[in-house]
Amino acid sequence: MAALAGLLADEGRAAEPPIVNPFEPKRPHFPATAKNLIFLYMEGAPSQIDLFDPKPALTKWHGQPLPPSMTKDFKFAFIKPNAKVLGCKRPFAKYGQSGAEFSDWMSAWGPIADDLCIVRSMHTDAFNHQPADLILFTGHMLQGRPTLGSWVLYGLGSESKNLPGFVVLSTGKNNMSQSAQWSSGFLPSSHQGVLFRRTGDPVLYLSTPEGVSGEEQAQDFGLVGELNRARYEKTGDREIASRISSYEMAFRMQMSTPELLDLSKETAATRAAYGVEQETTRAFGTNCLMARRLVERGVRVVMVTHSSWDQHTELEKDLKKNCDITAGPVAALIQDLKQRGLLDSTLVVWGGEFGRTPLGDFRNAEEAKAGRDHHASCFTMWAAGGGIRGGQTIGATDELGMRVTEDPVHVHDLQATMLHCLGFDHTRLTYRHMGRDFRLTDVDGHVVKRMLR
Amino acid sequence: MRKLFLIPVAWAAVWAQGAPDFARDVQPILQKRCFGCHGSAQTMGNLRLDREESATTAGRRIVEAVGRQGKIKMPPGGTLPEEEVSVLRAWAGGLRPWSFAPIRRPAEPVLKNANWRRNAVDSFVLAALEARGIGPSREAERRTLARRLYLDLTGLPPSPEQVEAFLADGRPDAYERLVDSLLASPHYGEKIARHWLDLARYADSEGGVQDYGRPWAWRYRDWVIDAFNRDMPFDRFTVLQMAGDLLPRAGLEERTATGFHRQTITSREGGVELDRIRFEQLVDRASTVGTVWLGLTVGCAQCHDHKYDPISQKDFYSMLAFFENADEADLDAPLPGEWGIYRQYAKTFRAEREKLLAEYGIAGTLAEWEDGLRDAMENPGRRPNWDVNYDSYSKQVDHGRRTLLTARGKRTERDQDALTDYFVKSSQGTIGKEKYDGLKLKELGEKLKKLDEKYPRMSRLMTLEESGRKDATHVRIRGNWTDKGEAVAAGTPKALPVLAGGTAGRLALGEWLVAKENPLSARVTVNRLWQEFFGRGLVRTSEDFGAQGEKPTHPELLDWLAAEFQDGWSVKKMVRLLVTSATYRQASEARPDLSTVDPLNTLLARQARLRLPAELIRDSALRVSGLLNDAVGGESIRPPQPAGVADLQYSMKWEETGGRARYRRGLYVFLQRTATYPLLMNFDVPDRTVSCSRRETSNTPLQPLNLMNDPVFVEAAQALAARIEEAPEAERLDRAFALCFGRAPTGRERDAVLSHVARRGWFGASRALLNTDEFLTRE
Repeated sequence: MAALAGLLADEGRAAEPPIVNPFEPKRPHFPATAKNLIFLYMEGAPSQIDLFDPKPALTKWHGQPLPPSMTKDFKFAFIKPNAKVLGCKRPFAKYGQSGAEFSDWMSAWGPIADDLCIVRSMHTDAFNHQPADLILFTGHMLQGRPTLGSWVLYGLGSESKNLPGFVVLSTGKNNMSQSAQWSSGFLPSSHQGVLFRRTGDPVLYLSTPEGVSGEEQAQDFGLVGELNRARYEKTGDREIASRISSYEMAFRMQMSTPELLDLSKETAATRAAYGVEQETTRAFGTNCLMARRLVERGVRVVMVTHSSWDQHTELEKDLKKNCDITAGPVAALIQDLKQRGLLDSTLVVWGGEFGRTPLGDFRNAEEAKAGRDHHASCFTMWAAGGGIRGGQTIGATDELGMRVTEDPVHVHDLQATMLHCLGFDHTRLTYRHMGRDFRLTDVDGHVVKRMLR
Repeated sequence: MRKLFLIPVAWAAVWAQGAPDFARDVQPILQKRCFGCHGSAQTMGNLRLDREESATTAGRRIVEAVGRQGKIKMPPGGTLPEEEVSVLRAWAGGLRPWSFAPIRRPAEPVLKNANWRRNAVDSFVLAALEARGIGPSREAERRTLARRLYLDLTGLPPSPEQVEAFLADGRPDAYERLVDSLLASPHYGEKIARHWLDLARYADSEGGVQDYGRPWAWRYRDWVIDAFNRDMPFDRFTVLQMAGDLLPRAGLEERTATGFHRQTITSREGGVELDRIRFEQLVDRASTVGTVWLGLTVGCAQCHDHKYDPISQKDFYSMLAFFENADEADLDAPLPGEWGIYRQYAKTFRAEREKLLAEYGIAGTLAEWEDGLRDAMENPGRRPNWDVNYDSYSKQVDHGRRTLLTARGKRTERDQDALTDYFVKSSQGTIGKEKYDGLKLKELGEKLKKLDEKYPRMSRLMTLEESGRKDATHVRIRGNWTDKGEAVAAGTPKALPVLAGGTAGRLALGEWLVAKENPLSARVTVNRLWQEFFGRGLVRTSEDFGAQGEKPTHPELLDWLAAEFQDGWSVKKMVRLLVTSATYRQASEARPDLSTVDPLNTLLARQARLRLPAELIRDSALRVSGLLNDAVGGESIRPPQPAGVADLQYSMKWEETGGRARYRRGLYVFLQRTATYPLLMNFDVPDRTVSCSRRETSNTPLQPLNLMNDPVFVEAAQALAARIEEAPEAERLDRAFALCFGRAPTGRERDAVLSHVARRGWFGASRALLNTDEFLTRE
């Protein structure tokens, strides 16, 4: 505000209001390796044991509880520490020069294996969905703080003049975290993620009202601007200049969004790669393709959420289904970004809010329908692009996948690392609220240097 | 009010003596040990210790660093001698934020231009301006004043007739008369309540994943509105919210006020520990009291001693202890007219319900299921499906554990019904599909629901009451709820005047908050009222009166107002004082002559242009278009919103409110925490998860989309156009401006609007008028 007022002073009482961009691009703390972020959020928690972190020892223990000495420090959301082990039936193979390990359900990632920095040693503090969603995206287990995307927008501003700087795309069911992914918390609400909705207008109130033509809409917007300029002349209030700018941006947003959503100009090969034409992958694939289009148009942060990964039961059936839906489009996204030269400036992160237990969740009496409970002590995520050193797997877990044994990476460390790629010292990207300087990493977090190029 | 204070040493004396003297004792140490890196030549870590003010702010951190307790250990070369550390420790320990000093009513300053003064407020403001050779702004035009008063005191723009009536009133006290009539309007309470509801983190849903509705939350909201309308003295207003249930002969009204503590969020997510949720709620209660009445970030001391203010971690848990043994209680509390009809049908309902349950023959299975559930509660880990069922039951059924532990027949009817209903709905995973289908429980569930809907209901009330338990409160090490430290008794922060021994309950807490000797609550409260009418507080950080907050721009004025407020605690009187001042009546236009001297208008040489809060934007559009239903109080409403907003929400259906109720004021829009009504979200209503003292005012492209394209505003534009068109054609433009802005158009505006009307008609012009900055602004 002081700066704005100062500007006004320099200009005296200008007759024409200056152009004010509320999201003026800003410089980070140091030169960044990434200027955009795509977070592929697999809400519900994919089973690392069945996809990325093979544990042959579990087969031996299948159907038996572990000795109490091995489980005494654990607490889980639903199952008790004496629950029986659930073996893993998936065959694993190594991919790429780096030899990244995926199970058969994730074999579609073979071609991108060397782009990924896989972290098998993730851990977090909460074993329930909402608190874990919150700690992953806001750094704290209780509602009310800004999310990752809001922090990035706060730090970097936006380069798009006609699209929101932080967009959320979502598919899947049992989406529980909702605003935990996009809330601006105590930051001004302009930093909130804008959810592109699947029903009705992709952005709320984006359509011109019924009975109003595009031309008429333009005229009505025009009169608002004219009257606001007249008022600015009378009062000299800089806030009016901001309002004029935001009306202009809103109008541009209305006009440009149809072009954004129109995928018909994409080549048949691109559409096929993302699975836009197939029933299984259509919704998620479209979102992945949209993520690339948004980044191309200067949108700073895109969250692509798929939220059906909470396999307490029916692991065999539902985990495979989620892989079928998501694996192909994710691989297509990485390859497409790379091919267009966007991967170097775009940080892509994939993962859920925690992992799943080696112990089984046998709430369904049929053993074939068993699943796994929430596991906060270890899980797998990966990052790629934007300054990340691909082609490596970091960290290790014990024989049974109960806990991290090497290079633990807490979600606060991941946050610090993501901010680092975007050019920020996470301890200095702060906002004062209710008398305290808050940051995304709360009171913790260390940049994981091994992940960086 | 009873006196509860023991002040062993005169408070002022403590204040004066304090700790070691900065210049004499502290500065030499800092000079010798710290100035090299934190002085005028070098300011490492952005910290200067050669100035008393910045050194004072850093006081506690210095001690932490030289004591080598925290992460930062200073000086880097080696440890200080113990004598020096203890001097620093004594000095820092005695530091008190400015706001802890007792309130003294200062004398009004003498003015050069005494004619300008209308009341004491002006003396302080003008004296500061005169000291800098700045003149105040002219008084705003009377039209502007009318609109300003209507918006500030009732939240509704005046009608053209109301503006004209004020202009035509030639009596010398016409302005004061208007103020008094607006203070007497029932809409005054609605306007002032809005801010209080932000502080109270009021919402109509409970937060968490499911975010179920709280169908009776509004009764607390209505109590707040009513209390402001009746001008309930702020000290009583405080005590009722803290401990209305503990007052002698506490009735529904007193208990309703304790709803303040029921605005905490909760979680019913499967697998979440109930004790953790309860702990978080207690933390929220203690922190909120600290924010609202003390203007202190006491919540910072949940994990460690406060880094800047004299609030220890022990202080925090002592505050929390006031709430340790208070339980949530939902009471049967019929609204007027409900009780008779409820009673009349209660027996028939009961008989029908019993008959239905008997028909389906569930008793045996229900009893077995209860046993199974109790077994899972007491011996977890044997049957996973029962563990999951018990976990869900304990979240979904309020105090379900207690019900399960109470013998059948000894439970209240309501508790028994809740347990039975849960069984009917959610026991399939444990009793098995075969049995569940065999008993036709799904069908029974539908019938029970229909039966509930068929009979008159009894409204309820969310309150807090003493449980009778005597659980001790423990400090939690690093704020971790499972890590218990020493036990503490209920008490108020040690750095503030103390509570007398004996009465350590919530009632005493309430009385302590508003005791004359408490230096904070009056200052904090008048500052928030100031913020409401001038756009920023005398202390800009209205939520933080501690060392990290900003200092008051007019400390003497703040104290004068606080002293005045403590004299009877009348909010209306205070509001009247503020809005009748010459300071308030100034024009709000920017002053280029002050843009470098006082760009933020801290000296108050003009009024401020303030964007209306979300609720008032709705109210204004509905008012000028003639659609507004201005009924005060009652159940919250759900206006139409785009399909998809509510889909995001896990459990609730957004059933649009029908009839005229859908045109009610913004204050009554159902506040669903996890999927907030878009207008509220787009225009900066806080998410109400924690107390909020000061809203942001953001400016985003989603706001124009909302106001241009939302059917609610399109309808308002249509209605406004119809209203304008009632006037003869030649008068329509003037009518439009009178309705929307309470003034006539300028030549430039006339040309712009008329040429627009020629192409687009009055509907297009009305849309634009409702979207102008002026319409959205209190000038």
